[in-house]
Amino acid sequence: MKTLLTLLILFAATPAWAVDEPVGADARWNDLHQAIFGDRVIQDGGDKIRLAAPARALDAALVPIAVTLMDGQPVKSVYLVVDNNPSPLAAHLTFGPAADTRELTLRIRVDQYTPIHAVAEMADGKLYGTAAFVKAAGGCSAPAGSDDEAALRDIGHMKLRFAGRYAPGKPLQAQLLIRHPNFNGMQMNQVTRNYTPAWFARTTDVTFEGKSVFHLESDITLSTDPAIGFGFIPAGPGRLTVTVRDSKDISYKRTFDVPGPAS
Amino acid sequence: MLSSSLTLSRRRVLLAGLATYLLPFIGRTHAAATQMMLTQVAPGIYMRRGLDADAAPQNDNAIANIGFAVGTTAVAIIDPGGCLADGERLRTAVRATSTLPIRYVIMSHAHPDHIFGAGAFIADQPTFIGHYRLPEALARRGTYYQHGLDSILGPERAGPVVPPTTLVHDNLELDLGGRILVLTAHGVAHTDSDLSIFDPQTRTLLPADLLFVERIPSLDGSLRGWLKELGTLKTVDAHYAVPGHGPIKVRWPDAAIDEERYFGVLLRETRQAVSRGVGIDKAVATVGRSERERWKLFDDYNGHNVTQAYKELEWE
Repeated sequence: MKTLLTLLILFAATPAWAVDEPVGADARWNDLHQAIFGDRVIQDGGDKIRLAAPARALDAALVPIAVTLMDGQPVKSVYLVVDNNPSPLAAHLTFGPAADTRELTLRIRVDQYTPIHAVAEMADGKLYGTAAFVKAAGGCSAPAGSDDEAALRDIGHMKLRFAGRYAPGKPLQAQLLIRHPNFNGMQMNQVTRNYTPAWFARTTDVTFEGKSVFHLESDITLSTDPAIGFGFIPAGPGRLTVTVRDSKDISYKRTFDVPGPAS
Repeated sequence: MLSSSLTLSRRRVLLAGLATYLLPFIGRTHAAATQMMLTQVAPGIYMRRGLDADAAPQNDNAIANIGFAVGTTAVAIIDPGGCLADGERLRTAVRATSTLPIRYVIMSHAHPDHIFGAGAFIADQPTFIGHYRLPEALARRGTYYQHGLDSILGPERAGPVVPPTTLVHDNLELDLGGRILVLTAHGVAHTDSDLSIFDPQTRTLLPADLLFVERIPSLDGSLRGWLKELGTLKTVDAHYAVPGHGPIKVRWPDAAIDEERYFGVLLRETRQAVSRGVGIDKAVATVGRSERERWKLFDDYNGHNVTQAYKELEWE
């Protein structure tokens, strides 16, 4: 995967800036399809996968994305591709046995007008895809955040917000926040002509009592302070463990109690 | 001189008209490219009212309030403008008013509408002054802004990123001769690199984008930080202020009321959304709606502001 991402960065290094028309969008997606999935066919995911993204990015540094998978599908993993970003493969999330696969949210950076593709890989290996279009943000908005001090100071801190309480065998939604600057390594210092080195969350693993909820491989397209919304099915009372490993090979680990039933 | 005879009769003066004929700008057909309208907001302080719009091919990104201050020995540029062409027009206007050297170019923060005109002043060899965090901000975003502006205006009009040569850590006094400008570096507020300027002689405060009037503020730093810095600025003993956007002369501190109220709404309603588990995608459509009729460009920026506020407040 590391090699693949590097290849994608190289071949996507000359983006057409701030173009608001989908010129060449199909050709680009064909190239990306080939690079990521090879000759595997992607079928229309109309009744299996949905992708929600704002028509216009309100903030280039933080565009909320939601992937919805129809109930009862044996989904193995989800790919998120932001076609016109410098590193288009934003995320590949593989579900574990403790996952509730129905909804997944992420926050991404969008450099310019871009199609976004979400592709679900089923247990039988078949691929189903869908797409949305996001127009670039206007004004002072930029894909790099304004203030990374908090992210650097508190790097590795996490918050986990549960949408409810534990009930045996019932799915529960949660939102994970990770303090990390997720530097994309592509901004040149105008004075020194050097690039700020990339430093980003590369893998995130969430387990419930030792059983995998998901394994996420991510990249510089995730926003500063990556946020991941996911569902899981707690078989009993217990704890979620989150392990993040970044591109400097530093690991951050936190454990959270799943809130018990109201007494 | 030209300016004094005009300003005696009218406060609003067309400064650059004559000079434009004398300089090689004649080939330009662009109406905006030939003259810049400035108002003398206080004795020796001239400001241009920016358009209430976003950067577009026809407007040269001339959307910020920019201008200059004149002393007896030097001129200071108060934000060089939204692109090279905007900066060139400002320079022409300065030259129509004063022959004193342009010794300082103050860059209030990293946003392109305020500083991309800096390239027009390089030949004057001024000191380019910015917040101590401005170089870092330009390192992160300068290239992106440049490409964005290039694509809207064309590279020849957009201009280069000019890094500051002198940094302000807390305060800095600039002596223009008979006039001292006091520059203050603020904590994270509108952006992470905001400077304000105070002219004690005329009791004029120039908070740049720490103050928006009529046009909705754009949040690109910290909501709580901005409220804090606004509180500090309100204690400055100024009669008038020149906002970064909006009317170029407003009463101080009265003119901060609208901005403060909007931030209060943003703070309260975003906190509510976070605590109720309302996602950021839904919060952008619900937070701050009561302010919609009170601001120009509300629909273009409120969602952005909510996004910024949300990602700050969800860590509380």
